[in-house]
Amino acid sequence: MNTLMNSNHDLAAAYEDEQLQVTHFHARSSKFNIREAWTAWNGYKFADYYYDAQYEYFCVRNSCATYDICPMQKYYITGKDAMTMLNRLVTRDISKLNINRVTYLCWCTDDGRMIDDGTVFRLSEDKYMLTSGSPCIAWFKKAAVGYDDVEVTDVSDEIAALAFQGPTSCEVLKKMGLEGIENLKPFNIMHFPFKGDSDKKLTISRTGFTGDLGYELWIDPSQALDLWDELYLAGEDYNIHPYGETALNMARIEAGFILPGTEFNEALKTVHLHHDQTPFELNLGWLVDFKKPHFNGRTALLKDKTDGPEYTLVKLDIDGNKAADDSYLYDSKKCKNHIGYITSTMWSPVVKANIALAMVKTKYIKGQIWAEIYYSKEIRPKQKIVECTVVNKPFWAPARARATPPLRY
Amino acid sequence: MNHYDTIIIGGGHNGLICATYLAKKGQKVLVLEASTELGGLAATREFSPGFNASVAHTLSHFSAKVAKDLNLAAYGFDFNAAPMTNIALNSDGEHVIVEGWGASSKLSGVSDKDKESYREYHQLLKRFADLLKPFWLKTMPRIGHSSLKESLTYAHLGLKMRMLGKHDMGEFMRVATLPARDLMDENFDNKQLKALLSWDGLIGSKMAPRSPNATILSLLYRMSGKYEGAHALPKGGIESLINALKSAAITAGVEIRTGAKVKKISIKADENGLRSEGVELQSGEQLLSNNVASAVDPKRTFLDMVGAENLEIDFTHRINRLRCEGYVAKLHLALSDLPKFTGLDSLDGRMVIAEEMDSIEFAFDDAKYGEASQKPVMEIVIPSLADSSLAPKGQHVLSAHVMYVPYKHKNGWTEEAKAELYERVIDTLASYAPDIREKIIAGEILTPLDLEQQYHVTGGHWHHGELSISQMLMMRPTYEAAQYNTPIPGLYLCGAGSHPGGGLMGGPGHNAANEILKAKQ
Ligand SMILES: Cc1cc2nc3c(=O)[nH]c(=O)nc-3n(C[C@H](O)[C@H](O)[C@H](O)COP(=O)(O)OP(=O)(O)OC[C@H]3O[C@@H](n4cnc5c(N)ncnc54)[C@H](O)[C@@H]3O)c2cc1C
Repeated sequence: MNTLMNSNHDLAAAYEDEQLQVTHFHARSSKFNIREAWTAWNGYKFADYYYDAQYEYFCVRNSCATYDICPMQKYYITGKDAMTMLNRLVTRDISKLNINRVTYLCWCTDDGRMIDDGTVFRLSEDKYMLTSGSPCIAWFKKAAVGYDDVEVTDVSDEIAALAFQGPTSCEVLKKMGLEGIENLKPFNIMHFPFKGDSDKKLTISRTGFTGDLGYELWIDPSQALDLWDELYLAGEDYNIHPYGETALNMARIEAGFILPGTEFNEALKTVHLHHDQTPFELNLGWLVDFKKPHFNGRTALLKDKTDGPEYTLVKLDIDGNKAADDSYLYDSKKCKNHIGYITSTMWSPVVKANIALAMVKTKYIKGQIWAEIYYSKEIRPKQKIVECTVVNKPFWAPARARATPPLRY
Repeated sequence: MNHYDTIIIGGGHNGLICATYLAKKGQKVLVLEASTELGGLAATREFSPGFNASVAHTLSHFSAKVAKDLNLAAYGFDFNAAPMTNIALNSDGEHVIVEGWGASSKLSGVSDKDKESYREYHQLLKRFADLLKPFWLKTMPRIGHSSLKESLTYAHLGLKMRMLGKHDMGEFMRVATLPARDLMDENFDNKQLKALLSWDGLIGSKMAPRSPNATILSLLYRMSGKYEGAHALPKGGIESLINALKSAAITAGVEIRTGAKVKKISIKADENGLRSEGVELQSGEQLLSNNVASAVDPKRTFLDMVGAENLEIDFTHRINRLRCEGYVAKLHLALSDLPKFTGLDSLDGRMVIAEEMDSIEFAFDDAKYGEASQKPVMEIVIPSLADSSLAPKGQHVLSAHVMYVPYKHKNGWTEEAKAELYERVIDTLASYAPDIREKIIAGEILTPLDLEQQYHVTGGHWHHGELSISQMLMMRPTYEAAQYNTPIPGLYLCGAGSHPGGGLMGGPGHNAANEILKAKQ
């Protein structure tokens, strides 16, 4: 018995480096995680859900909720060459991005295959912050080779960040005393003295991953728990609640946002030829700016655009209510000609529809699309073939998400 | 403003050759050379009052086709100079000597068995050298998407290999990447002979006899020359080659400017992408052209003159990681008289100091860890014997390639470190030519770092970039720039950093001109 305990102890010590880290908000957020429903994101202990994913989803859609984005990767790109370096890295033209503005973008390999997407924040003349879902430091360092004055620093751990989303989010921030927050436009950044102390800076951007009104809050880790407390105090009457990965995934499908490992396979982690994607395949052609004379992958992407991508990501409204997880798509009910596959799907409570994101061979998008769904009814396997309709707009895009000041809820 | 068809950056032999081919086809060509003299690493310069030398001191595989196409004989280049005797020096005067060339070479100082083996060995290598020879003057196929013509190059190589017959084909595959040591050990007994014959596979590289890689391929590359690997010094020396190339260029209508250092390759950037449109000189002067062909090494060309912002990320990374640190230092001595080498009557040969392959290997071991070899190995030539104009009457120049001297000294290349190296090299020489110190009027040793600074070549590298398998053939300098054109439309490479590589040969300049002319049609 004793030896066993000892060896367990040694084991824990031996694997200490491999244990999941906790985020700067863990002391507070873990109190909500009564189900201990933890998963992992970039080496951090991360909530799959706290109590009930459906409930958390409804907080996001009907009141407000927080999502811990400490594990999201954050990099400072600084120096005189920061802009030039970034502008060659990403497919969009960021040369005109103003200070205190944010934009969404993606970056590709030399062959035009998408590595990841993320947001870039211009913090000052020569300082940008680039965020990404998974680590990209090796690629960014490579992208800095050949420039005289640019530095790439991983600051993922040095910033506490919390997404705060939902129709009442602006109200709560106002209640927290952030004067003028209602005037913050989408993709803009504002800085506030935290708790009136100008030494403690709280940075807020009007950004998020839910397709609704929402903000992201950035602060020094030493202030993380205070920020949480302030926010939860202000949000008490608004049912403020943390949401986990499951609820986030629901919200982002409704918003039509893509995820790595789901809609696209990160190019640098792709083994099989062309099992990764180009921005055109992902319907992100609008992120590729050919007016810009050069950026990584430009030649290959121009060819992809001219030739037309083999697949295109589409939004589908699927008949019935059976979840079409991993379904094959066909051009007729006979299911003879396979034309694509579902990447993400859900029953959307706000749209009241069976919605999905799917990769469909480009030439079939205008025709009929049928999904072959397998499901189980009390463990008996069942199969169903249903028709799908392509939807061009995001399933969920309320006007308040874009209005400034945001419309009251 | 003048508008050129092609601006060539770098007036080394490859730049001049490329320029002349283009001008002969009617192009308006400008050559820009940073230094005051033409010739690059083969330029003859005064290193001490009245004494001159060029870094490259012999010819082993200068292209006969280039000499003929450009009619260099008419401009004073003597391509028929007799081959030099190769001598493996021994401090007791028991030298191993290979006289003449090819099948008719005469060996002395070795056993009858080694003499016989040499014939077989040479014939086998010659068959392999002949097999490869046509490909040094051809554009290599592009990896991934070859055109029909490029695929034919593969087919041609395949056919040539088949024609070797089953046995030789197998031997070729086995021998091509063998460490030089293994090849020598399986053929010969004599230690000096083994060191001497492996020398031409190693010189200029970051490789020693035990290194597996491209040492035998380098040997075969050098064996593509007129004398199947034997070196020669034309009458009038290396200078006569550069002068002939210069005259041929001028006659063909090439405009040449020396003392004209290019700062940047000008790139037109608009919604159609990028295109080179000329160059900007250090002086600020702008020059316009349809094409730019750079004979400057690939690392400088891309990182300094094009700039990472105009290139792809992985491509930039590969260029940045090119292996191009030189390991050969250059010794030049001004001598009051010819020294006396123990047991040697005539000094017009190519003398190698490396008594066995392990001498080379141990010399390399020191350099691998950032120190100049404690016991350097070297090849020595007295170029003033072929070209008396190099030194005042009756006096001489000694030129030596010294291995291995790292580009990066672990404590930095201080004056003391250089002085120590110089003394060590002279001491080494003195064990073979005891009176050498009395004859020295002046001397200099150029480390790879000095070569980099004086000759504008990254790492001071012999080939502008290691001639190793990872950087050879369709990977030279790296894929996506291995067919002389580059990711920037209108920008070409034409120097030693491109296929087939360095040495005074002319392949890169010749092949690049072909590609530039082809693109025009
Ligand atoms: C120590 C040493 C010894 C060697 N010995 C021999 C030998 O004995 N035999 C042999 O065959 N080979 C020898 N070589 C190899 C041979 O000298 C080279 O491979 C060959 O000279 C390369 O020719 P190139 O024309 O490609 O380039 P280079 O001769 O290097 O010419 C490039 C030219 O570009 C110019 N340049 C660079 N930057 C700029 C700029 N920004 N603007 C304008 N001009 C610029 C340089 O000044 C130079 O003149 C030796 C090399 C070394 C380093």
